[in-house]
Amino acid sequence: MRFFNCAAAFLAVCGMALLPFASSASAEDAAKNVKVGFIYVSPVGDEGWSWMHDQGRKMMEELPGVETAMMESVPEGPDAERAIKNMCSKGYNVIVATSFGYMDPMAKLARRHPDITFLHCSGYKHSDNMTCYFGRIYEARYLTGMVAGAMTKTNEIGYVAAFPIPEVVRGINAFTLGVRSVNPEAKVRVVWTRTWYSPDDEKKAAEGLLDVGVDVIVQHQNSAGPQVAAEERGAYSVGYNTDMSSAAPKAHLVAAVWDWKKFYEKFINEYRAGTWKNGNYWYGLSDGIVDISAYGDMVPADVRAKVDAAKASIVNGTYKVFSGPVKDQEGKERVPAGQVAPDEMLLSMDWFVEGVIGTAR
Amino acid sequence: MTWDIFVALLAATVLAGTPLLYATMGELITERSGVLNLGVEGMMIMGAFFAFIVEYKTGNPWLATLAAGLGAACIGFLHGVVCLVFQGNQTVSGLALTIFGVGLSDYLGAPFIGQKTVGFQSFDIPLLSDIPVLGPVFFQHDPLVYLSFVLPWVVMWFFRRTSLGLALCAAGEAPEAVRAAGLNPVRMRWLGICAGAFFVGVGGAYLSLCATHLWTHNLTAGKGWIAVALVIFAFWRPRRALLGAYLFGGIMALQLRMQALGTAIPSSLMMMLPYALTILALLVSSARGKGRSAPAALGENIAPGA
Repeated sequence: MRFFNCAAAFLAVCGMALLPFASSASAEDAAKNVKVGFIYVSPVGDEGWSWMHDQGRKMMEELPGVETAMMESVPEGPDAERAIKNMCSKGYNVIVATSFGYMDPMAKLARRHPDITFLHCSGYKHSDNMTCYFGRIYEARYLTGMVAGAMTKTNEIGYVAAFPIPEVVRGINAFTLGVRSVNPEAKVRVVWTRTWYSPDDEKKAAEGLLDVGVDVIVQHQNSAGPQVAAEERGAYSVGYNTDMSSAAPKAHLVAAVWDWKKFYEKFINEYRAGTWKNGNYWYGLSDGIVDISAYGDMVPADVRAKVDAAKASIVNGTYKVFSGPVKDQEGKERVPAGQVAPDEMLLSMDWFVEGVIGTAR
Repeated sequence: MTWDIFVALLAATVLAGTPLLYATMGELITERSGVLNLGVEGMMIMGAFFAFIVEYKTGNPWLATLAAGLGAACIGFLHGVVCLVFQGNQTVSGLALTIFGVGLSDYLGAPFIGQKTVGFQSFDIPLLSDIPVLGPVFFQHDPLVYLSFVLPWVVMWFFRRTSLGLALCAAGEAPEAVRAAGLNPVRMRWLGICAGAFFVGVGGAYLSLCATHLWTHNLTAGKGWIAVALVIFAFWRPRRALLGAYLFGGIMALQLRMQALGTAIPSSLMMMLPYALTILALLVSSARGKGRSAPAALGENIAPGA
């Protein structure tokens, strides 16, 4: 019995090793068409992170001569490497992976397949045939902070946050700077859930914040749980990822949203024209990849005008969100007056700005 | 911490503890009959799905709750087939059931992700809900919460005062004694598995019908595993399970509010606390000896025809 198990395992390993050779012929057949493969960490059906990227894939699918495929719910780790390897062997010209944990396997396979273009979202590794790309969602969060700061009556805002990593901390800081640009008295209370997607836990975190007296809920989570909590308690809310007003029609003020379709459109056009350059891209409001949603009816015209003006000055480059002076929670000056925080500081941010109540770890 | 926040914390404790209480009570019944079922997470999420889909089609939350219980019992039935009919390993079968349930609910539920349910609405119990503190904490919730209050006492009465309940517990302690008494211990274990799975399913129904009012993937988010730990924490006793569920729920609610108030204790440390308490309870139970530990025949299959 043990012999058969060993033999079966051996054959399986041999089979996997041979797989790339078996299908290399099909790569030449497909040379005329562009084949783009997408790998997602979660299901696409949830109007969340993967759904937004999949809108970009669907847009490509419409173009003549472009063929796409996707794999959803691929766990980060060894499974991801298998999935990417599988696409490499099936003649895909471009492989897109949209979760941080896919970075290392992708960088490894990029070295082995110089003729394939690899796109990795949210990481930092890039090479001649691998691009890393992400968006400055914090710019949009700054604007949503202005709306929240203008709308709060208790001067306390509750932030339901996923994990204490630089990306989330940066968003909280930018939001708080936005809040205090219109309302210097206001405070932002932070609760970590340590989940990316758990509607029940994230809703309960929002309820905890509402219990201690906040009247606006904002989130860095992928579920609409916090929005529902705000709606049920008659508070206001600020959404994330997509316009979340359907989950909380009476509460939803505005949302910080992604538009990945714009990135994929730019990429596929340049790729087909032969002008695409792999590298490190961090797109902002001016590229249209991050934006804010439509305002809720309760947001008054003067607030809208103020936020729209701030948006215009970020888009035309006259204003940067982390412009000094920026002080941290202890009152220490982190960015001196007249200077702007460099990208390296933003990418490794592990401290909160003045006005945040909570710990950044 | 002001008084209002404290009362709100207690109310949140009851709400967070309710799904844990149902799931723990279910697993407790199963384990008392001598069967270890690690498939709680899978049965619970299938219960949440069955509740959602029936509420979605019929709009009747009571029917949905019943469907959740019966649906989860059907999933639990598979565990019975493996362990009671084919004498399979209970640990392996239970783990497989969790993976199966989570996967199946994702597959069947994919088209409905984000769909809302009306579910149960909270309803204040007249007079009782007006009592200060006790009113908002216990009597301003939805019907499934009220039912969960009496559940531990009903289960205790069943274990102690009915011959069926005594036979079920005996099947978990000494199956051969049950057989000597002219009863079939395998049948008792079938009852333990299916009745237990029923309550686990109701715990799932609470999540989709009361807690979130929607269907999505990962709705249970590990609550089934907490229930497995809670059974140990409760020393397999129904009333202690009530205490344990509220303790775990209370710590979850407390740590969120402590963060919101800006206390310096790291949230990761607070989240660890329930599990540390479980380990402590295990240590205490083994130090105290047999009287307060697991059913003697827990996890052991009954040899056919023995």
